[in-house]
Amino acid sequence: MEAFLSNIDRVVDGFSWTVRLTLLSAFFSFILGILLTAMRVSPVPLLRGLSTAYVEGIRSTPLTLVLLFCGLGLNSALGVSLADSVAMDVFWWAVIGLSAYTSCFVSETLRSGINTIPLGQVEAARSLGLTFTQNLRMIVVPQALRTVVGPLGSVLIALTKNTTVASVAGLGVQEASREMKLMFDQGIAPVLPTFVGFAIGFLILTLPMGYFFGWLAKRVAVVR
Amino acid sequence: MSIQTSVLFDVPGPRARKRNILYTVLTVFLALIGLSILYLGFNRTLSDRESSLFSAETWAVNPAGQWAADMWAPFLRADTWTGYVIPGLQNTLTAALTASVLAIVFGLVFGIGRLSKHWWIRVPSGAIVEFFRGIPLLMLIFFTMALPIVAWQVFDVPTGTFQVTALAAVVTGLTLYNGSVLAEVFRAGILAVPKGQSEAAESIGMSRTQTMWTILIPQAVTSMMPAIVAQLVVLLKDSALGYIIAFPELLRSFTLLATRESNVIPAAIICALIYIVINLTLSRVAIWLERRNARRGKPSATPTAAGGAPSEVNGARGSDEKPTEEPGPHKG
Repeated sequence: MEAFLSNIDRVVDGFSWTVRLTLLSAFFSFILGILLTAMRVSPVPLLRGLSTAYVEGIRSTPLTLVLLFCGLGLNSALGVSLADSVAMDVFWWAVIGLSAYTSCFVSETLRSGINTIPLGQVEAARSLGLTFTQNLRMIVVPQALRTVVGPLGSVLIALTKNTTVASVAGLGVQEASREMKLMFDQGIAPVLPTFVGFAIGFLILTLPMGYFFGWLAKRVAVVR
Repeated sequence: MSIQTSVLFDVPGPRARKRNILYTVLTVFLALIGLSILYLGFNRTLSDRESSLFSAETWAVNPAGQWAADMWAPFLRADTWTGYVIPGLQNTLTAALTASVLAIVFGLVFGIGRLSKHWWIRVPSGAIVEFFRGIPLLMLIFFTMALPIVAWQVFDVPTGTFQVTALAAVVTGLTLYNGSVLAEVFRAGILAVPKGQSEAAESIGMSRTQTMWTILIPQAVTSMMPAIVAQLVVLLKDSALGYIIAFPELLRSFTLLATRESNVIPAAIICALIYIVINLTLSRVAIWLERRNARRGKPSATPTAAGGAPSEVNGARGSDEKPTEEPGPHKG
């Protein structure tokens, strides 16, 4: 355990990348998820079709493939560079890949939230003459968001764990799981304490998140 | 009651129709720009300074780009399929099927274990399920690969050069993670069986074990089927993580192929299509099972997913909500 603790700065560094990946991807996937949901329920058939195709397609593709496509396809083959240093370049591509993937789950969650709103709410809004965007903005989304706080928390936890896939070839972001693998391979600390240490690190991130969203979900729950 | 998308807006009148047409045109325009950038980028003519953006040679299929016929030709040859795709698919399915069976057994053991009335069974089962659900699958796979070192370091077992095969590591990781999620599914399913059932069973003198296996589980299985199938989709998708530890599954085969033929984009597209077809088929089975349960008036159990993945597929309930409300969120 001492050997592991003497390398604690590497562990902290790994988790700092994990947290950065999580926060930025959560932000972008939330925005993209709302956009996809709005498209999914919009009056324009083409937008509905595009959103459905995107969500169903990406949702059925492994995250490893999505991130590989960002790393090997868009970054290497297409040669699009997002930052000056390689480390930041792959980091931003990982954020894009994770956001593209997670936004599908955000969208599906929001859509299931919209499905729980009583029909009368929307009919009343329409009878008042609200347009589609007004209806969505003032009636549907505020209620839907409140019912899906819990599931959105689950999506965020899944995203936190999914950031480990960003260590995949072509990207290789120096996040926690990659740091753990490197410490295994370099043999600078015994494997078991290292694994337990990193596992505790992830539990420190995910368990409070679960409790927080559980608490928040109860607090904002819509009484019907 | 729930909303169908069509009730969010009125039947479009003349102005709304015009606006919708405008939005459609705008979308088509934006989509065309996006697709053009991708097309030209992979065609390797996007940053070509010599020819202008609107000249014919910029848009012609570049023999050195990713859209050239040569890049797709490998997929018309039999040896590509017999040498790369089919062995890869076999490995993916082997890993996924083995892990599915083991995960269901793991889930049953620990799901029922969490319902035990003995605390020395209930508490460890809960701890194991929460632990494996809370940490990333990739870490479990890495750790399984390093198990011989652990045996040597901790127990002085002379493991020498013994190595855990990549298949074993992937299957172990998938089993532990998905098994833990399934344990929660089973627990929710068993708890959702009406209380009178177990009371009646106990009142005619059945033991707890008998009640569990002959009364509760058979009734719970039908309601759990959609959630189980949805989790198996997650499992199949996650088997692609084997790529990272060089397990020659479908994704790995495609990257090897892409390296040999240097056709990254065609390979990625076809690989994604194969995954999408398999997973969409499985998802349809889950939805069909859910609808069938709904028709028969049985609730479908939803996993109480603090750990995440399954709820995403199944439409999702809160982490702490009990599945007591109306069943499937997807009912139109």
